[in-house]
Amino acid sequence: MAADPVTGAAPAKAALWRRPVFRSTVFQVLLILGVVAVANYLFTNTLQNLEQRGISTGFGFLSNEAGFGIVQSLIDYDETYTFGRTFLVGLLNTLLVSGLGIILATMIGFVMGVARLSKNWLIARIATVYIETFRNIPLLLQILFWYFAVLQPLPRPKQSLELGEMFFLNNRGFYHPVPVFEQGFNLVFAAIVVAVISIVFLARWAHRRQEETGQPFHTVYVSLAILFGLPLLVFLVMGSPMSWDYPALKGFNFTGGGVVIPELMSLLLALSIYTGSFIAEAVRSGILAVSHGQTEAAHALGLRAGPTLRLVIIPQAMRVIIPQLTSQYLNLTKNSSLATAVGYPDLVAVFAGTTLNQTGQAVEVIAMTMGVYLTISLSISTFMNWYNKKKQLVER
Amino acid sequence: MNSAAGDMDAFVQPHFLKNLILTSTRGNNRTMKKIVLATSALAFCAAVSTTAFAGATLDAVKKKGFLQCGVTTGLPGFSSPDDKGNWTGLDVDTCRAVAAAVFGDAQKVKFTPLTAKERFTALQSGEIDILSRNTTWTLTRDSSLGLNFAGVNYYDGQGFLVSKNLGVKSALELDGASFCIQAGTTTELNLADYFRANKMAYTPITFDTSDETSKAFDAGRCDALTSDQSQLYALRIKLKNPDGAMVLPEVISKEPLGPVVRQGDDEWFNIVRWTLFAMLNAEEYGVTSENVDKMAASSKDPNILRLLGQSGIKGQGLQLSDTWAASIIKQVGNYGEMFERNVGQGSALKISRGLNALWSKGGIQYGPPVR
Amino acid sequence: MDVHKQPHPDLPPPATSVGVVGWLRKNLFSSPLNTVLTFVALYLIYITLVPAFQWAFINADWVGDSREACDSGGACWVFVAVRFDQFMYGFYPEAEYWRINLAFGLLIALMVPLFMEKFPRKGMLIAFNLIVYPVIAYYLFSGGAFGLAHVETSRWGGLTLTLILAGVGIVAALPIGIVLALGRRSSMPIVRAVSVVFIEFWRGVPLITVLFMSSVMLPLFLPEGTHFDKLLRAMIGIVMFQSAYMAEVVRGGLQAIPKGQYEAAQALGLSYWKTMGLIILPQALKLVIPGIVNTFIALFKDTTLVLIIGLFDLLATIQSAFSDPNWLGFSIEGYVFAAAVFWVFCFSMSRYSQALERKLHTGHAR
Repeated sequence: MAADPVTGAAPAKAALWRRPVFRSTVFQVLLILGVVAVANYLFTNTLQNLEQRGISTGFGFLSNEAGFGIVQSLIDYDETYTFGRTFLVGLLNTLLVSGLGIILATMIGFVMGVARLSKNWLIARIATVYIETFRNIPLLLQILFWYFAVLQPLPRPKQSLELGEMFFLNNRGFYHPVPVFEQGFNLVFAAIVVAVISIVFLARWAHRRQEETGQPFHTVYVSLAILFGLPLLVFLVMGSPMSWDYPALKGFNFTGGGVVIPELMSLLLALSIYTGSFIAEAVRSGILAVSHGQTEAAHALGLRAGPTLRLVIIPQAMRVIIPQLTSQYLNLTKNSSLATAVGYPDLVAVFAGTTLNQTGQAVEVIAMTMGVYLTISLSISTFMNWYNKKKQLVER
Repeated sequence: MNSAAGDMDAFVQPHFLKNLILTSTRGNNRTMKKIVLATSALAFCAAVSTTAFAGATLDAVKKKGFLQCGVTTGLPGFSSPDDKGNWTGLDVDTCRAVAAAVFGDAQKVKFTPLTAKERFTALQSGEIDILSRNTTWTLTRDSSLGLNFAGVNYYDGQGFLVSKNLGVKSALELDGASFCIQAGTTTELNLADYFRANKMAYTPITFDTSDETSKAFDAGRCDALTSDQSQLYALRIKLKNPDGAMVLPEVISKEPLGPVVRQGDDEWFNIVRWTLFAMLNAEEYGVTSENVDKMAASSKDPNILRLLGQSGIKGQGLQLSDTWAASIIKQVGNYGEMFERNVGQGSALKISRGLNALWSKGGIQYGPPVR
Repeated sequence: MDVHKQPHPDLPPPATSVGVVGWLRKNLFSSPLNTVLTFVALYLIYITLVPAFQWAFINADWVGDSREACDSGGACWVFVAVRFDQFMYGFYPEAEYWRINLAFGLLIALMVPLFMEKFPRKGMLIAFNLIVYPVIAYYLFSGGAFGLAHVETSRWGGLTLTLILAGVGIVAALPIGIVLALGRRSSMPIVRAVSVVFIEFWRGVPLITVLFMSSVMLPLFLPEGTHFDKLLRAMIGIVMFQSAYMAEVVRGGLQAIPKGQYEAAQALGLSYWKTMGLIILPQALKLVIPGIVNTFIALFKDTTLVLIIGLFDLLATIQSAFSDPNWLGFSIEGYVFAAAVFWVFCFSMSRYSQALERKLHTGHAR
């Protein structure tokens, strides 16, 4: 902004306020001031309102006793734990339903995406109808529908559908046995870890050998053998240190074992069917994006159908699929907040719902809730950027 | 939206715009910063120091021309909309009574349906002027939520609704049962307390609205539905087979339900509280919506004359018109009329007065003297 | 040699490769695996669609005015028929329905020319639709002027409210989205940073928390006594949320414009705003129309979330009808009806967007 000392009053120079640098500086300063002013304005108002109305502030409430129960918790929880703990319970439930949903949606999506391109007319039509139906109906409606469609036809606990006295299905959920690990099971876990590590090394070695000598080495069967054989061996050697906890009808409900509650079932069903329809479209567009010339070129080089698909088509299709897939995963995670409509205790239902209402500290609670979702989505987008960069490098 | 547009003007005005205008004409960064800091500090001080707050709600309500009242999303007897969107119920009538006291017109009230989760934030944030949504009076809510309970329009207690074919006669037989509850209520806390005290296990399944709660109970998702007893009767008539369900005898908690206002506005607090008291006094002295005009003109009872604004302090202390209580009774009725119409014998719920009878008739509803 | 070699006419293709049989062989039974798949698919259709079809059409009850009319065991569409007006108009006063009909009729009349290839002055019409029409529609819906009775927003509901929310969301989010997209591609670091933070914030949080915040917490952020209509607050939340998504769509369009266009504009000495307004945006926006339609579809489906904050959109209105004591137990019918309505809207829009995509694909994209 300072006047040029050499040219002093050079006639060619535009007036100060016409120079792009000056303009952009002023504009940005104004913008910053605007943003700060708005933020400050909202902040002061909020503080003032909170104070005037005598609403408690701060995060002290997190260490108070919660005093309410939660239907499903992945960690130890009962009503004597704190509000801070309810945050964790809700967060873990959100992650659980999102994680399971992502896996299911991916499976449905890939199957349906491939099916839509199937040469079998009927299969392709079914896939099309599935995709066009489920992606054009609001998710909330689907969740409510599944909840009342899944729940109502199921029998009461006493008339449960059962499979070999181990699995029970009724309108309180799907009950299944859970393994109880006894002493010595740690070694089995250790064996699994060792198996996974050795498979990674094996794969690297096989890859290197193929690079150097051109000889492929089939890792699949060897890997499977290691993955299952080693832990099984340790398991037997240690004298089977594991038993099963079976569910059993006691009083009104089943006790023991594990349970998938209907709320989780319907939410999971709706989330994965809905998101699956979008993933199917992504998969289809990814496969279609790889030109047919690639297949022909691979065949011309003498590759068979399997390696063509694995080494030529899929890597290129994934480049189109992955970004869309990531954004669908992100959507699914955010959409899991609709859990509150059917009473599944996710973060929004437990923490931004009950906890907020019991403590009345809306600002803190909502800020924490939004913070969680922001963190999740920012980390997923960071991962996606990293992945894109990596793929671009490969592409040259 | 008209009124909102007007308010927009009001809130676009403040300090930060002036800052912007000021700063944009100067080139120097440092001066700008100082000015911004100074003005924001000033703004902050000004903001904090304006705690002269009393009367704000009454003025705001009068300026708006209507009362904004928070109610449930639909609970028969307390607040529920019919298929035309007209609200009826005990809590609705409490709001109408306040509107009658303030405006002399019980229709000048708008209802905001709220879930249990939203209700306190909505009141705290000023979205509604009064929360009349069968809300339980507790220490926490009175002291740390920035709220004040203005009185009790219904004395209630938590009970259980179970299916008859469950074969249960007492709540103590419910060990291991699962319960449908409405999220964010004292019910959730009481249930936890009760089962902890009796060393029993339970599974809570929480829903956002009472509708969803009863629908899930109807579908067999849970063994019992727990809520305030009054609600149990209301929810029972909405079941597919009302006769297949019964309310257990146990009452496991005290649930005084009443209208709530924001803390720090004593004048508004008084208006709501005395609206309730006026209705109680009217019942006690036998003033009804039918005979109120006649009473005002011809009654010799000084209590009635004071209540109806014919003598004594009238509406002065509350900054209301002299006939504030008369308009309540004329347009909404006395407490007894309101009760019978909405939840009592005149309604589908057929709840008896019980605790909610006047103190003189064996209940605990008591209106302090109007003098 | 005058032997005319008459080429022998081609033999017809084998009977198994033409006609119905050929089609079946080719498309359904081309391999053992395909044959198995075909039969599995047929079985699945038989066990799911046939009962559904019977329930929804064959055994359904269509006429009547009370639940007694529903006795044939299938779907009870009488429930939907009786409540139809409420599902469409919410609690809007019956005598004023014509205003809603007029507003939407007007909108259709104004939109039709936009789809005609050769309509002159499309730009003017678009501007009219985006700027003047909302004002007209507002007065029609809300009243309070020109002799129309005032109808409070709390009485707006049903499909009308769904359409209003989605319409306002898209119209208001477009300009904000364009500004944000330009900001994100700006050369000014602070402008870029502010846009990125804004966009990523709104894209990162679930709509339901945004709605909750705007519906109950917004007044906490504003000075005492600021009164906002609840619907307006929900709209603000939706617009903020939507504009972030819109910004990303528009940014995609901006990125697709070749650099030569920017350079050519600069070489002509056009200012930034002229470059953008006259050269870049017209091309970029045209490219992203399908993207905008897709965002609109997403928004249209997302409006159902307002039921969680107590606004009566189509889904909420239908749900509230379930608790009518005279009509208990018809929730499946209600949900299916809601699904059908949403599906018709979303499916036709997505078809439109696909058609546009195909049309725009010729020559324009890089």
